Amino acid sequence: MSVEFVSLVPCRACHRNSQATLPASVKRGVDASGRYPVRGLRRALSVAALLGTAPLLGGCQFALMDPQGPIGAGEKSIIILSTVLMLIVVVPVIAMTLVFAWRYRASNSAATYTPEWEHSRGIETVVWLVPCLIIAALGTVTWISSHRLDPYRPIEAAAKPLTVQVVSLDWKWLFIYPEQHIASVNQLALPVGVPVKFLLTSSSVMNAFFIPRLGTQIYTMAGMQTQLSLLASKAGDYRGISSNYSGDGFSDMHFTAEAMSGKDFAAWVAKARASSQALTLASYRGLAQPSERVPVRYYSSVTPTLFHDILNQCTSGAPCRDAAMNMAMAKEALGSSFRLCTTTNPMGMNPIGADPRGMQ
Amino acid sequence: MFGKLTMSAMPMNQPIVMGAVLFMAIGVVVVLGTITYFRFWRQLWSDWLTSVDHKRIGVMYIILAVVMLLRGFSDAIMMRSQQALASDGGAGYLPPEHFDQVFTAHGVIMIFFMAMPFIVGLMNIVVPLQIGARDVAFPYLNSFSLWMTISGAILVNLSLAVGNFARTGWLAYPPLSELHFSPDVGVDYYIWSLQVAGIGTLLGGVNMITTILKMRAPGMTMMRMPVFTWTALCTNMLIVAAFPVLTVTLGLLALDRYLGMHFFTNAAGGNPMMYVNLIWIWGHPEVYILVLPCFGVFSEVIATFSGKPLFGYTSMVYATICITVLSFTVWLHHFFTMGSGADVNAFFGITTMVIAIPTGVKIFNWLFTMYHGRVRFDTPVLWTIGFMVTFTIGGMSGVLMAVPPADFVLHNSVFLIAHFHNVIIGGVVFGCMAGYNYWFPKALGFKLDERWGKISFWCWLVGFYVAFMPLYALGLMGMTRRLDHMDNPVWHIYLMVAAAGAVVILCGILAQLVQLYVSIVNHAALKDVTGDPWNGRTLEWATASPPSFYNFAETPVVLSRDSFWDMKRRGVAFHPPVHYHRIHMPRNTGTGFILGVLGGVIGFGMIWHIWWLVLFCLLAGLAVVVAHSFDEDRAYYVPSGEVAEIEGRHFQQLMPQAGD
Repeated sequence: MSVEFVSLVPCRACHRNSQATLPASVKRGVDASGRYPVRGLRRALSVAALLGTAPLLGGCQFALMDPQGPIGAGEKSIIILSTVLMLIVVVPVIAMTLVFAWRYRASNSAATYTPEWEHSRGIETVVWLVPCLIIAALGTVTWISSHRLDPYRPIEAAAKPLTVQVVSLDWKWLFIYPEQHIASVNQLALPVGVPVKFLLTSSSVMNAFFIPRLGTQIYTMAGMQTQLSLLASKAGDYRGISSNYSGDGFSDMHFTAEAMSGKDFAAWVAKARASSQALTLASYRGLAQPSERVPVRYYSSVTPTLFHDILNQCTSGAPCRDAAMNMAMAKEALGSSFRLCTTTNPMGMNPIGADPRGMQ
Repeated sequence: MFGKLTMSAMPMNQPIVMGAVLFMAIGVVVVLGTITYFRFWRQLWSDWLTSVDHKRIGVMYIILAVVMLLRGFSDAIMMRSQQALASDGGAGYLPPEHFDQVFTAHGVIMIFFMAMPFIVGLMNIVVPLQIGARDVAFPYLNSFSLWMTISGAILVNLSLAVGNFARTGWLAYPPLSELHFSPDVGVDYYIWSLQVAGIGTLLGGVNMITTILKMRAPGMTMMRMPVFTWTALCTNMLIVAAFPVLTVTLGLLALDRYLGMHFFTNAAGGNPMMYVNLIWIWGHPEVYILVLPCFGVFSEVIATFSGKPLFGYTSMVYATICITVLSFTVWLHHFFTMGSGADVNAFFGITTMVIAIPTGVKIFNWLFTMYHGRVRFDTPVLWTIGFMVTFTIGGMSGVLMAVPPADFVLHNSVFLIAHFHNVIIGGVVFGCMAGYNYWFPKALGFKLDERWGKISFWCWLVGFYVAFMPLYALGLMGMTRRLDHMDNPVWHIYLMVAAAGAVVILCGILAQLVQLYVSIVNHAALKDVTGDPWNGRTLEWATASPPSFYNFAETPVVLSRDSFWDMKRRGVAFHPPVHYHRIHMPRNTGTGFILGVLGGVIGFGMIWHIWWLVLFCLLAGLAVVVAHSFDEDRAYYVPSGEVAEIEGRHFQQLMPQAGD
C-alpha cells in the first residue's frame, strides 16, 4: 500500500486542494491540518519513497519534476536533457575508472604492463574532443534556453497578463495588485492560464521569490526592481518560499500561491476588497517592521504610489531616489542658477508668475 | 577602556554554547598541561613556534587544518541533526540565532581554516622538496603567513566564547551584513578573522610562486616540473590574483560598518550587488585554489601507484593552466537569478561549462595512467579512485547548474549544497586525505597504518553518499538551504538519512584519528628507512624520511621528468655524494610568531572597538618589523662535517636496502 501511494497516486494528490482524490486508507492518516502525524505508516511511506522512487524521480513530492506551468516545465526538460547529454560521457568515465582499476590491479599479472607508456596522440585527441563536443552541444542548449526562459521575457498567451508587485519584508511577502487596487500578505492568488508579470523589490535585505512548482526564482533587492513572468496552468495551492537567507525569521518566510479559475480569482479579489484594512504609507510602515509567521492578510485598497515609493526608498518621507536623481541631473544640465520645482515653489522652472498651464 | 566588550559578551545563559566553550577550554588546558608535564615548552618554542623550516611549517598548517576539521564538522553534525529533528514540525534544539551562526561558521571554517591550511600545508611540505630546493624563497615570511592564519582561526573560535559569530551565511552578503541589519560583533569577527588570515594566505602565495619560479634544481625546466608543483604554481597565482579582491571587498564592508560609508548599503547610493560580484570574483577562483593542488596530489598518487609516468603530462599542464585562466571568467554563475539579461547569463553559463573540458581531460588522463599499469591499492589510491568517481558526479551536477534555466530552480537549494559538497569533499577533502597518507612518511618518517586508513576511507566514501544523495533529492523537491526548521513530513526521512550519513563520516574522521594514534604507537614498525616508501617518481622521495632540515645535501641535477625514477633507473639513486659542502640555511626567528599574535590582537581590538589596543599593537608590530630588519645575523652555514654526519646516518640505515 505504501508503494501505491508513492508511485500510483497521481501527482495532484500532493496538492492540498485535491486531497479528496487520496485513497481512503491514506486519508485516514491525515490530521485536521492536512499534515500526516508522526506514525509508523508515514515512515514506511517515506522509506518507500526514498528507496523506491527517488532514483526515478517519479514521486510527486519532487516539486521541480512536477511543474504546474510552462516555465517550470521548460526548466524540467532542460534539466533532463542536460543530464542525459552529460551521462553520455559520465557513465563511461565511471565505468572505465572501476574497470581499469580492477583490471590493472597489481596482483593481476595477466594484464598488460607498459611501464614507460605515457602518451598517445590518438587517445589525447579523443579525450579533448569528446568533452568539447558535449560542451558544444550543451552550450547551444544553454544559449537557446537562456533566452527562451529569460525571467524578463513575457509569456506568450491569449490572455492579457496580470501584473503583481512583490515586496519582500522582514519576514513576510507583500503582494500588490495594481490593476485591482488590492494587496495581500503571504498569499498570492493567480488566475489559471493567465501570464503573471511580477515586479519585485525588497524593503530591507535580499530575498528570493520562488514558487518551486511554477519555476524560476528571482532575487528581491532593496532599491532595485527585478522582473519575472510565470504562468500556472493548473489550479492548486503551491508553496512559495524565500530562497535566499535573510536573517532570523527566514525559515518561516513562506506563502501560498493559489492558482484558481478566473471566476474564483474574481471572488478572491472581491474578498480582498471587502477587507477592513487599507494599505497606506502609514500602515505599510507598520507592516514593514520585522515580524514572523504573519497570518494571511488582505487590503481593500493600496496607495497607488506605494510600490514606487518602496522601490525609491521614500516610504519614510525622505525624498524619492528617482526624484532626487532627476533633480541632481537637472541641476547639472541647467546650472545652479536654475530654479527647480519644489513643494515651496510649485511653479518651479518658471519663477516669474507664469501660468502653470503654459508650461505643459 | 574595553570598547564594546563587557562581561555580557560571554553567552553564559546558553548551555549549548557554554558546553562547547567548556569543551574547547578543556582541550586547551589538556594540551598546555601535557606540554608542561613533558617539559616541552623550550623545545616547542625553539623547534616549532620559531621554525622557518618549510616542512615544520607545513606540518603545523596541517595540524591547524585537522583541528579546524573537527570544529567545522561539529557544526555540520549540529546542522544535520537540527534539520532532521526540525523537519517534522518540531523546533529542534537550535534557535535560529544559533543555527544561523552555526552554518556561517561551518562554511567559513571549512573553507578558510580547514581546506586552505591543509592545501597550503601540503604545498609547503612538498613543493620545495619536489623542485630540489632547500626551503621556500622567504622562510621568515612563511612563518609569518602561518601565524597570521592561526590567529585568524583563533579569532573565529574565540567568537564562540566572547560575543557571537556572524549570522549571514559564509559570504556575508550585504545588506544583511551591514550595521543596520547585523549590529552585533558577529560580522566584525567574520571580517577581521578573514582579513588577518587573508594577509597570511596572500603572502604565502607570493612566497610559493617565487620559490617555484626561482629555486628549481638545475635542469628542472618548467615542463619537467612534477604536476603537483605545476598545480601549486597555478593555485598560488590564483591566490595572488584573487585574495586582494577579498581583502578590498571586506575592507569596503568594514568601512561601511565602522565609518558609516555606503559602498554596499541600501541607502545613500550603496549597491549590494557590487559586493556580490566582488566576493564571487574572489570566490570562484577560490574553489580552484582549493581543488587544483588536489588534482596535483591525485596525479602524483596515480602515477606512483600505477608504476607508470602520468599519461599526457603536457595535456595535464595545459589543462591546469586553462582552468587557472578560466576560473576568473565564471563568477556570475553564482547569481544567475539576480536578473542579468539572457545574454549575460548565457555567456557565463557557457564559460562555466568550458571549464569542464580541461577538467574532463584530467580525469581521462588519470584513467589512462592506470591503463596498462600495475595499480597497488594503498590508502592514497583508494582516495584517488573514490575521488574520480565522486568528482565526476559532482562535476556533472555542477555543469547542470551552469545552465541558467536549470539554475533558476536549483539555485540556493540543497541540490546546490549537495553539488558543492560533492566536489569539495570528493575533490578537496579526498585530495587532502590522499596527500596526507601519501606524504605522511616523508614528513614524519613513518607510514600511516593501512587498516585504519582504509576504514577511514570507506566510512568517508559511504558516509558522503548517504549524507548528500538525499540532499540532491530534497533539492529537486524544492527545499532551499539554511532552513532552521521546516514542516514537511515528506522531507523528514531524507534528512534523517542525511544525518545518518554525517554520523558515518564522523566514524571516518574518528578512524583517521585512530589511524594517527595507532601509527604513532607503532611508528618503529612503520618506519620508512629508505626515504622512498612507495617507489616514488619525484624528487621528494630522494631525501631521507623525514628529510634533514636542509633537504638535499647536494642539489640534485634534473635530466628528465619523474627525475627520481630516472635516477633509480640509471642506478644513481641512494648513493652518497662524493663530497659534502657546507650549506647556507636561514636561522629560526620568533618574529613571525610575534607578528601573528599581534595581528590577532589587532583583529580582536577592531572587533570590540578597543582602539588603544589596536594602536598599541600596530606600533608594536612596526617596532618588531623594524627591529627584525636590523638583524643581520639571519642565516648561517651548516659545516660540511655536520652534513656528512647526518647523511652518513641516513645512508647507514639504507645499507640493507641499497644492495641493488
